[in-house]
This record gives sequence, structure tokens and C-alpha cells, in this order.
Amino acid sequence: MGSYFLNVLRRDLTLAARRRSDWLTALFFFIMVSSLFPLGIGPEPELLQRIGPGVLWVAATLASLLSLSRLCDGDHRDGSLEQMVLSPAPTVLLVLGKAMAHWLVYGIPLLLMAPVLGIQFNLPWDAIAVLVFSLALGTPILSILGAAGAALTLGLRGGGVLLTLLILPLYTPALIFGAGAVDGVMAGTGAEANLSLLGAFLLVSFLVAPWIASASMRVSLE
Amino acid sequence: MTDPFPPPLLSVHDLACERSERLLFTCMNFGLTGGQLLLVQGGNGQGKTSLLRLLTGLGQPDAGEVRWRGEPVARCRDVYYREMAYLGHANGIKDEFNPLENLRFNAGLHGQAFKPDQAVATLQRLGLSRCLDLPCRALSFGQRRRVALSALLLAGASLWILDEPLTGLDTHAVALVEGLIRDHLHAGGMVVATTHQAMNLADVSVQQLLIGEAPKQRAAAQAH
Amino acid sequence: MNFYHYASPSTFYGLAGRAIPWAAWMAGVLAVLGLYVSFFVAPTDFQQGEAYRIIFIHVPAAWMGMLIYLAMALWGAVGLAFNARLPFIMMRALAPTGAILTFVALWTGAVWGKPMWGAWWVWDARLTSTLILLFLYIGTLALWSSIDDVKRSDRAGALLTLIGVVNVPIILFSVVWWNTLHQGSTVGVSHAPKMAATMLQGLLLMTAAAWLYTIAATLVRVRRIILERERKTGWVRELLGKET
Repeated sequence: MGSYFLNVLRRDLTLAARRRSDWLTALFFFIMVSSLFPLGIGPEPELLQRIGPGVLWVAATLASLLSLSRLCDGDHRDGSLEQMVLSPAPTVLLVLGKAMAHWLVYGIPLLLMAPVLGIQFNLPWDAIAVLVFSLALGTPILSILGAAGAALTLGLRGGGVLLTLLILPLYTPALIFGAGAVDGVMAGTGAEANLSLLGAFLLVSFLVAPWIASASMRVSLE
Repeated sequence: MTDPFPPPLLSVHDLACERSERLLFTCMNFGLTGGQLLLVQGGNGQGKTSLLRLLTGLGQPDAGEVRWRGEPVARCRDVYYREMAYLGHANGIKDEFNPLENLRFNAGLHGQAFKPDQAVATLQRLGLSRCLDLPCRALSFGQRRRVALSALLLAGASLWILDEPLTGLDTHAVALVEGLIRDHLHAGGMVVATTHQAMNLADVSVQQLLIGEAPKQRAAAQAH
Repeated sequence: MNFYHYASPSTFYGLAGRAIPWAAWMAGVLAVLGLYVSFFVAPTDFQQGEAYRIIFIHVPAAWMGMLIYLAMALWGAVGLAFNARLPFIMMRALAPTGAILTFVALWTGAVWGKPMWGAWWVWDARLTSTLILLFLYIGTLALWSSIDDVKRSDRAGALLTLIGVVNVPIILFSVVWWNTLHQGSTVGVSHAPKMAATMLQGLLLMTAAAWLYTIAATLVRVRRIILERERKTGWVRELLGKET
């Protein structure tokens, strides 16, 4: 069973490595969207510092969502997804493997780029550290919720936009806690409360979303 | 003393299927044992692919059930999937991988050990010896179908469910596939296949199933 | 009462047909009573004047928006568990009413805010969570309309609503949390006036009216969906006067 999970992971990572342009696109989206805000709002350092955590969290969320529809689409179109579902191993492991691969390929680059963008927004170092940590908790949530969304919207026209529409409301708690943690550090009230709530949300997501995603995948493949 | 009438391994009981608010078939019953081939025929859109998907467990029937070794498929998925292999319209192989990699990942995803020599031999048997290093996107449709067939062979399943296995193949490949099916049946395997074309299958036990709707009547499909 | 008997669409169609006039009339009566109490009997609020009376529409609408989402999730779960047709029809029939009432709650919340705080929209906990609930409704409706196959559409919507219903308490909590974090910058319309007994009566009457209206509207929709889905069966054709 564990080897099935690793097989799915290894397969998806190998595929992503052969399609290098994909994760670069998501990363550049993150950078560009973040850079748009100073252009739209003005470059005053205090203002940027104030909006920085929220802007970076929203930009990271959007960049991640952009890549989610690709989670299952390619496999669905060439028939490999149903072959994977026809495996003796439980479909939940397939979903978890894909979500993990998504996080490794699309989530981690965001974490690595966040400090650079944090500097652009004039965030102090302790805030940047909390930003990266909060994104490290938040991006897996998005990957697993996104997996459920991708399974539900498999093969539908307008799939990517519909997926975003479905997942964003469900993701708002992570946005609130994540950006709130960084705000807390900057305001001096500390990040522990928000980070623990974010951690709790991560736990709940992983208890519920994989099963819904696996059921959704079977429903969509009928 | 071997039982001259062994119980069917794959059996279907009162199966009914509705798609897009059209009743495709109802009260379907048949059984299949080792060495038997079930040929499913009928016009386009009459329910052949839907039936096959019900047999694989990818779709839920609207009534009745599919059983493997007497157990409803929904309850013994892991056992069933170890012994069943499906080849649908889509090939189920990745364009980004070369044939060998596709076979390796497929084996891993079905919980099987991957033996490279056996894989290479199978690919060669199917006439793909010159394509081993090419990514599958560089192969023709017929070649990609043959990669998928190699995966089918390597799966070592006793039941093959094939949706139009001959479509898109040239005469040489068609003869090859018919040979593979014959060998599989002689070895005690089972095949359920849909086809538009006539299959040249001598000395093989064949059942035929016709799915279709006569005008102004809902025909219940029965195996002969 | 034989449960499975009523689970058949044709039987339920008849039952629903008899229930609708009752529900509609009672909704109407309660609404009239409730509005009377709200606008004429309940006293003027000490702080907020006459404008506060909009809560007699806002609060019942908001409550029903939430309850309907919960009901949708329950029906979806029943449909998935028993692989039955009627629960999914109930779920789909409830959704538009839920969305409408949630929208009414949003709109009346804004109307309440304007005379009080001078702004058409304030980002307080109640309005923000109502907005997110509306997004959830819209998402479900969008998903249904994107899927042509009825079986897949029903089940996908049910699964989405299930994940939504688990998230809703978390979303509500997080929005309240967010609101308290940013307390200095916004003011809240969630501060309801202290409840005199007649105010509570008015609220309960209006909530009951909203509840019965929901039942009536939902059953009307259920009947329409049943006719649509079962249009090829004998009883529907007879009903519509067509020849078999």
C-alpha cells in the first residue's frame, strides 16, 4: 500500500520534471501578481508592509489554484487516470499521492520565493519567517482541497475557473489564519494562536478531503 | 474428476444501465468461465462501452450486480482488480514516457514487480523493438495501442475487458491481437470484448451478446 | 407510514402537491402576523430608531440560508448512502431558495448598515460569513449546471456540499476570529438591539414564515424536477395527457 503511494508520487514527479514549463509558469504568476499591487496602490513602505502579508498570501493562493486543474486533467484525457483507479490499492492513496506531488512541485517553489517577495514588501525578518512557515502549512491544505475540487470538475468545460470558484470559499480560513499570523508577529501579539488554528485546519482538511476526493473521482469517472 | 460445468468466474445478474436518461439495457444475465470469450456487439451508442465500464466497476449499475467468483465486485475490489485488466478507448499510457517507462509505472501502480527483460520481450513480440527509447508521443496511434496491449499482457490478469481492441490497427496488428486473445483463452483466461469488426477466432468458445434497441420496443439483451 | 412508499417519485409528487397549498397559506399568514408585530407592535429601539426593524427580515433570512445548506448536505448524504433518486431531487430543489434567502440576508444587512454606520457594506463577521455562504451556494449551482449527466451531477453536488458543510463551522469561526483581530478598524451590524419580548415574537413569527415559505417553494421545485426527470414514465405521460 505504501509502495502504491510512492509509485503515484514518483510517477507524477517524473511527469512534472518532463514538463518543466508548468511549475515555472505558476511561480512567475506568483511573482507578477505580487508585483502588481505596489503598482496599483503605491510604493510607500509602511503601506506595503501593512498589506504585504495579505497580498502575498492571496497571490500564493491564486498561483497554486492555477496549477490545480492540471492535477488530473492530463491523466484523465489519455485514460491513465482510470487505469490508476482500477488498481487493487484504495483510491484514497492515489489522491494523496497526487496531492503530495502537487505540493512538492507547485507549493515548495512558492515557499522558496516568498522571502524574496517579502523583502519587496518591506517585511521584517521575523515576519518573513512566519510567512514562510504559514505558507508551508497552508499550501498542503490547498493541494488536498484542490484535489477534491479537481476530482469533482474532471473533464468539465471551464474546469479551471470552476475549480477556483469551488475551492476559494473553502480555503478562506487558511487565508485568514495565515495572513493573521504574519500580522500578529508584526503587531507584536505573536503568531502562535493563528498558526495553531492553521495547523488544526490542516489536520481537519486531511481527515475529510482525501475521502471526498476519492469518492468524487469515482463519481466523475463513471 | 473435473466439473464439466464449472461455476462462472464473472457473472452478471439482472443488470440494468441508464445513461443520459436513456435506458440502455435491463435484466441482463450472463456468466463467463475460463477459456470463454464474450463478444459484445451492437450499434454505436447502444451501450457496449457502458456495459464494459459496469463490468470493470468504474460505473455503478442502475439495477443488478456484477460478481466475481460469486462476490459482488463492489465488495471485493482489490481481489477483482488483481485478476482483471481493462483496455478502453483511451490507451492509458503517458505520451511523456517511453514504452518501457510506461510499463514500469503501470506495473508499480498495479502492485506488480517489474521485470525489465520480460517487458522488453513483450514489446518486441508486439513489434515495438525499434521504439523502446522514444517518448510515446513520437509513436503512431497503432504503436501506442500496442504499448497498451503490452501492458495488458504483462498484467497477468485472467480476465481481459477490451473495448474495441482492433480499432486503428493494420491487418498485421489485427492478426497479432487475435493471436494474443486466442493464446490467452487457450491458457484458461477469459475475454470480454466489444467489436465492430468480425474476429477470426477458430476453436475458441465464443458467446455473443447483442445490445440494441429495436424501434418502438425496449429489447432485453440476453446472451445466447 | 411506509418510508419506501413515499420515496418513490410518483407517490411523493402527489404528497407534495397536497402539502404545498397548506405550507404556502401558513407562510402567508405567519408573514402577515410577523410583519405586523415587527413593524407596529415591537417598540422602537432606544439606540437604533426605526431602521433596526430590518432585522426582522435579515435574521430569519440568514438563519434559513444556513439551515437550508445544512439540509442540502443531509439530503445529499442520504442520497449517496442509499443510492436513491428522491433525496438528490430534494437537495437540488432546496438550493435556489437557500441562495435567494442568503442574498436577501446580505442585501438587508447592507440596508441595515447604511443608516447606522453610513456605509452600504461593512466587513463584519455576520455579513462576511453570509457572503462566503453565498459563494458556496453559487459554487454548487455552478457545478450542477456544468455537468450534463444527471447522476454524476447529483452525486458531485452532494459531495461538494458535504465538504462545504464540514468547512462551514470552520469558516464561521475564522471570520469571527478575523473580525475580532481587526476590531479597531470596523464596526459591526451584528450587534443586535436588546430583545424585548415582542421583538422576539416578531423574529420567531418571521422565521416560521420563512421556514414554511422554504418548504412551499422547495416542494414546488421538487414537483417540477420530478416531472422533468420521470417524463418518460407512464404516470407522467398520463398526467400530462400525452399518449404512450
